[in-house]
Amino acid sequence: MDLALSEIQQMLKTSAREVLAREVPFEVVRAMEGDAEGYTPELWRSMAELGWLGLVVPEKYGGAEGSFLDLGMLLEEMGRALTPGPFFSTVVLGALTVMDAGDEAMRSNLLPGIAGGETMMTLAVTEESGGYGPGDIRMRAERRGDGYVLSGRKMFVPDAHAADYAIVTARTSEGEDAREGITLFVVPMKQGGVSVTPHATMALEKQAQVDFDEVRVSADAVLGSVNGGWSALERALERAATAKGLEMVGGAEAVLEITLEYLKDRVQFGRPVGTFQALQHHCANMAIDVEGSRYAAYQAAHRISEGLPAGREVSVAKAWVSDAYMRVCATAVQCHGAVGFTTEHDLQLFTRRARAQEQLYGDGGFHRRQLAAGLRG
Amino acid sequence: MDFRFSESEEAFRQELLKFLDAELPAGWGEGPAPSPDEEWAETLRMRRKLAERGWLTMHWPPEYGGQGASTILSLIFNEEMSYRGAPGRDAFGARMLGPTLMIYGTEEQKRRFLPPVARGEVQWCQGYSEPQSGSDLASLSTRADDEGDFFRINGSKVWTSLAHRADWMMVLVRTDPDAPKHRGISFLLVDMKSPGVEVRPIMNMAGTHEFNEVFFDDVRAPKTNLVGEQDRGWYVAVTLLDFERSGIEYAATSRRLLDDLSGFIRESGRGMEGWVADLLAERYVEAEVARLMAYRVAWMQSRGMVPNREASMSKVFGSETFQRVADTGMKVLGLYGQLTEEDRWAPLAGRIQDAWRHSFSNTIAAGTSEIQRNIIASRGLGLPRG
Repeated sequence: MDLALSEIQQMLKTSAREVLAREVPFEVVRAMEGDAEGYTPELWRSMAELGWLGLVVPEKYGGAEGSFLDLGMLLEEMGRALTPGPFFSTVVLGALTVMDAGDEAMRSNLLPGIAGGETMMTLAVTEESGGYGPGDIRMRAERRGDGYVLSGRKMFVPDAHAADYAIVTARTSEGEDAREGITLFVVPMKQGGVSVTPHATMALEKQAQVDFDEVRVSADAVLGSVNGGWSALERALERAATAKGLEMVGGAEAVLEITLEYLKDRVQFGRPVGTFQALQHHCANMAIDVEGSRYAAYQAAHRISEGLPAGREVSVAKAWVSDAYMRVCATAVQCHGAVGFTTEHDLQLFTRRARAQEQLYGDGGFHRRQLAAGLRG
Repeated sequence: MDFRFSESEEAFRQELLKFLDAELPAGWGEGPAPSPDEEWAETLRMRRKLAERGWLTMHWPPEYGGQGASTILSLIFNEEMSYRGAPGRDAFGARMLGPTLMIYGTEEQKRRFLPPVARGEVQWCQGYSEPQSGSDLASLSTRADDEGDFFRINGSKVWTSLAHRADWMMVLVRTDPDAPKHRGISFLLVDMKSPGVEVRPIMNMAGTHEFNEVFFDDVRAPKTNLVGEQDRGWYVAVTLLDFERSGIEYAATSRRLLDDLSGFIRESGRGMEGWVADLLAERYVEAEVARLMAYRVAWMQSRGMVPNREASMSKVFGSETFQRVADTGMKVLGLYGQLTEEDRWAPLAGRIQDAWRHSFSNTIAAGTSEIQRNIIASRGLGLPRG
């Protein structure tokens, strides 16, 4: 057992913190909340130049062939800085899924563009039921001629407005087991019949309803196997839940630090309020939540990095982090008093996102039900 | 980063499990919780066996009877022993006194006191709390007057676990009543057979005799039994507390109770209702997080780092997790949960209610949860003292 970060991971973390502090101060985060695109081309270019977009992409496609845990260091820092833009969608949902399930043609077609900063991607899974289970995938793809025709609606698709391609999950056959009959398609978003309607979200992160009206794709668009897409999708969702958890760990740590600074400065009854035990105990609870979240998320990321079965560890991590981060934010607001829930204060930027992130790729309840299935035996 | 154990560590785990299968009495841990007398008899028997294999103090250096094993190996040892509820380990001598003496003790003290612990021949107890000094430990008033080559001790200690079984006590005494409270404390080793030591039992809510009051009436302790400098014992005392607070036990026993509970429900054939599955899964996640926090502490120790806030965080979270697990067990078992081992209908031989009755002490012993949170906030997070 070794819980230390590797030299590369430490370096990635340090440099990401510096770069993001410089390029994505909270003013930029706020500006991007109101921006239709939600990111700046300059930031995206920097991410390509720094090698972040290609960090996990194999060298032969122009990447650095880093591990999932390496990527985790960036995600943690991005969560800390509330970094806006489609990095998560493109790299975690897009590139890693293509690497996992795609054939050589698919990989060489998409990965160099992702590493180079020219191609953005996303993953369209959820539908009107709002769930992540196999039974939630109802959208149909009909075999027609030598290709497929996709019809239906996806919801809560992250960064759909920016994506060049979406990995779309659809049902190509019906069976008794909901896990059977699911196929993944790589669909060009600019294609006729695809329409993107942005959701109005509380956290102002960019998500959209995406409608597919008789969208024709060739057989080459199939990612992985026809009807057997669930296992690749399940792995993609495990990576997504873990990656989201790592972002949340970064956010939670930032919230704790912001709170500690405030409690040392703010004076009431003639002394810094941080001297009061009631508030000290709040902070101790936040620190315990941050510590537990970090190692739960690292454990899941390590399993994924090593290619080990990770379902249990992922569910432990996302179940815990989802609830812990919400507790951390709520406690932080309480420690701040009224100023903590003003728009002016940066804390609310984290609090709104924590609520959105809680739901993404399964909330605490979802992941506890996954674990309970194992307890039932 | 790697959360896995090495092949040799896993091999040790298997060796230990095989040993426990062979050596534990049949059905140990599956029947009613043993009475303190039964447990003590088994403790003595198993302790000798553990000592023979060098496992009792495996994390100590060889010159004092250890194996120089990594903290990770002793983590595995503690985790498996706790999960199995196996008796024989020695929290006071092996975990607390040993590492503390290795930092503060003289060579003569180490050579005299450590090997008997390693051989499993001696039971230590810890004389910290007093009737008027609980969380405010440094206000303690048991005094030790300097009489030249010995100290004369008068006063009393309380909540002293195993004092009625112990051969020796590590005791905090006031040697300078005029100094500021942290500056007049010394750390002494006292033979429990000394004239003037009296132990009186206190019964707990679980109906068992585990802790005691201990009275000192003109008890003599030679100066050679002073650990660290005179009047500087507070630093020795808090170092020991960091060892006391580091442990995997709460996480391991939480997981054991959860495994027992879910196994019981599966085997009862009544099916697991949704609310039960939800509660158990919630506790299961907590037990896993508690395990990771304890791993983190052990890993830091294996790298020569001194966990402080990490140990307190692990202690708070682990102890509170165990309480929630025991509480969940009582809820899940409903009316049957109240039945004790004497009742033929008692689920899991009454072990859940026994765990629940014991669990209250978890957030009080070794520093209350509130004191741990003070430590995390002030020493760990740098918040100013009030």
